[in-house]
Amino acid sequence: MSILLTTETTFIVQGITGREAVNLTRECLDYGSKVVGGVTPGRKGREVHGVPVFDTVAQAVEHHGGPIDGSVVTVPPAFTKDAVFEAILNGIKLVVVVTERIPRGDVAQMVELADREGARIIGPNCLGLIVPGVCKMGGIGGPAKDAAKAYAPGPVGVMSRSGGMTTEISSSLTQAGLGVSTAVSIGGDAIIGSTYAELMPLFEADEQTKAIVIYTEPGGRMEAQLAAWVKDNDSRLPIVAFMAGKFMDDEEMKGMSFGHAGTIVEGVEDTATEKIARLEAAGIRVVERIDEIPAVVKEKLGVAA
Amino acid sequence: MRFFEFEARKIVELAGIPVTKYGFCTTPEEARAVAAEIGGPVVIKSQVLTGGRMKAGGVKFADTPEEAAEHAAAILQLEINGHMPRGVLVDPKAEVKQEYYAGVVWDGTAKRPLMLFSDMGGIDIEEVARTHPDHVGRGHVSNLFPIPDFEAKQAIAATGVSGSQLNRATPILARLARLFRENDMTLAEINPLAELTDGSFVALDAHMEMENEAVGRQKRLLRGELGIAEDDDREPYEHSKFEEAVAAIDAADHRGVIQGKDHGFTGNLGLVIGAGGGSLTLTDAVRNQGGKPANYSEIGGNPSVAKACGLAKEVLEKDGVEKIAVMMSIVSNTRVDIVARGVIKACLELGKDPGETIAIFRIPGAWEDEGEKILAKYGVEYCDRSVSMWEAAGRAVAKIQGAPA
Amino acid sequence: MADQLNKVFIEVEVDAQVANDPAIAAKLEEVCPVDIFKNAGGQVEIVDANVDECVLCKLCLEAAPAGAVHVRKLYDGTEL
Repeated sequence: MSILLTTETTFIVQGITGREAVNLTRECLDYGSKVVGGVTPGRKGREVHGVPVFDTVAQAVEHHGGPIDGSVVTVPPAFTKDAVFEAILNGIKLVVVVTERIPRGDVAQMVELADREGARIIGPNCLGLIVPGVCKMGGIGGPAKDAAKAYAPGPVGVMSRSGGMTTEISSSLTQAGLGVSTAVSIGGDAIIGSTYAELMPLFEADEQTKAIVIYTEPGGRMEAQLAAWVKDNDSRLPIVAFMAGKFMDDEEMKGMSFGHAGTIVEGVEDTATEKIARLEAAGIRVVERIDEIPAVVKEKLGVAA
Repeated sequence: MRFFEFEARKIVELAGIPVTKYGFCTTPEEARAVAAEIGGPVVIKSQVLTGGRMKAGGVKFADTPEEAAEHAAAILQLEINGHMPRGVLVDPKAEVKQEYYAGVVWDGTAKRPLMLFSDMGGIDIEEVARTHPDHVGRGHVSNLFPIPDFEAKQAIAATGVSGSQLNRATPILARLARLFRENDMTLAEINPLAELTDGSFVALDAHMEMENEAVGRQKRLLRGELGIAEDDDREPYEHSKFEEAVAAIDAADHRGVIQGKDHGFTGNLGLVIGAGGGSLTLTDAVRNQGGKPANYSEIGGNPSVAKACGLAKEVLEKDGVEKIAVMMSIVSNTRVDIVARGVIKACLELGKDPGETIAIFRIPGAWEDEGEKILAKYGVEYCDRSVSMWEAAGRAVAKIQGAPA
Repeated sequence: MADQLNKVFIEVEVDAQVANDPAIAAKLEEVCPVDIFKNAGGQVEIVDANVDECVLCKLCLEAAPAGAVHVRKLYDGTEL
């Protein structure tokens, strides 16, 4: 089992004729994902690696002959909100937003519409998600052969605010013989569609998942939200966390953001130090070194190191 | 993007929120004229993008236009926390009966704007929330639907405010929430919101910040209404030569993205690192093992050889930097061989031996086999994913700065 | 700043008979994602400053008759 994706999951790519989207489409097809169409307004009738291109999402749905499960949205920031609205209002329930530099107001509108329509957004500013050996939705892990090298099936659910670090951590779990149930690049922005706490119930319900690893950064309150979720729900899943960007707590770094837009610290609670304390208070193990993760996960799972 | 008080007041005024008859002045003569027009006691306030101006002597009261001009002359020369003022604001000295607070911020957890109101204005709202939580009213607003007045009313009534004060404050808070949403603000604050002796409400001070990502679509407000120049970016500090040079290299070529920062970094360990999360992780790993980075950097989005070369050269040309550490988290879009070519070229163009200069090269992922071949030719050891990011950072520290402290 | 070095990693050569073919010159200019070939009035011209940007995509090899375009990796001595 896994969360969000199965071997049957169908999705489209909005903005499919863009340079990055063409690569991503190739990678997903090579991995075995079912990319059933693409949308770029004005480009109807073309093909991208054999995937038919349409002007509208409605045309893609009609051509498919039934509901489409998901969409990967990779269009410029000024057009992203409209593309996501179009996906959701055409019945798509899982929208991965790759685009970065979208104003918060637009993201908040997408998320509110998704909530009303029973849809889920992953991202923005993310690389998507992958269920090893089953389906890859987005650029996560890169070309199929590279993704296969970093992601083997296993018991660990991974959630990360950094797309690259999703693969780095998953690869270390794979190398250690553990593997990954589902890895989600949740996005690096201040407001995102699905936070750690919002994905936890899905992992909780997934039999394959036995432990969770999260990668986190300064800025925002989603670690506090996770800590609260863990306290309120008697979760069966041990969580191991890694916090990057501790140097940002230095006085000279005040008011600056590094790495991702979401790392902007807007209050004391947003700092790395404060977040680590909060996570630890909820019983979440925060490791100091990135390379400690596999061993600590093994310890939590009761597997010999 | 941060706004000066005189701009924030203008934004508030444009949203239909009452303000006093203030004037923005850049000379003592202008201040004198504004004070004369106001025709009574005035307050002169320094216009700086930093806090603590009251304590620093940046706010003064005057009874006559002459006195206003004198104070303006002094304040215009007064540096506060390293900032020279953009000008002064001359404001009538208000007859205040009661000070309130009205603000709107993002609630990232609820993913909605959050209205805040307090009947204890004039002081820091976080302080009030801590010491007098029952004096802070809150209410979320929708991102999709029109913001109704009653939601503002509920937030205000939660603090116990009633009577005509409730009815006067309600449209102000509602309008503040609307302007927050329409103008892509990340912070919109009126503090104090003053009830004057005649019962009217005015915004006596305002603080606004706009999201950088939205600056492009808010041109009408920024350039039109406020007259803010395109290059007036309001960064919290001045960019160094290194930062400007890296930004110029990045802008010259659309392939990939590079970033370089050295504000607050004073060491001699040159970092050519990436991507977003990888750079954060690696910078911590270097520092936690006793290393002193000369800079922060980010490589992402598959840059050209020229771009990777440009970044490496800029780092190598920083004072005190003899060697660089080239490290990234596993790459799937950026190519190992392209970055390898870039950093080797940087060494060669500066007349340095790559084998000596590149203390470590740890980038696993796309095209790593090809990258390894290139590095081998120049005597640079290649580290793949079997060397963790922590270990790679530790080796860099040991090679560049000696054994970890 | 030191001078820019070119052709450190990659060398590209186009055989003489093909280099004068206007159709091939146009095609090479079009296919190369990093602008190594320039169509100079029907003649193929190699843009030295871009040669090291070669991404080893082989599109130029496919755009010309077999064996007419040579892309050499100077770091390991092999040819694409």
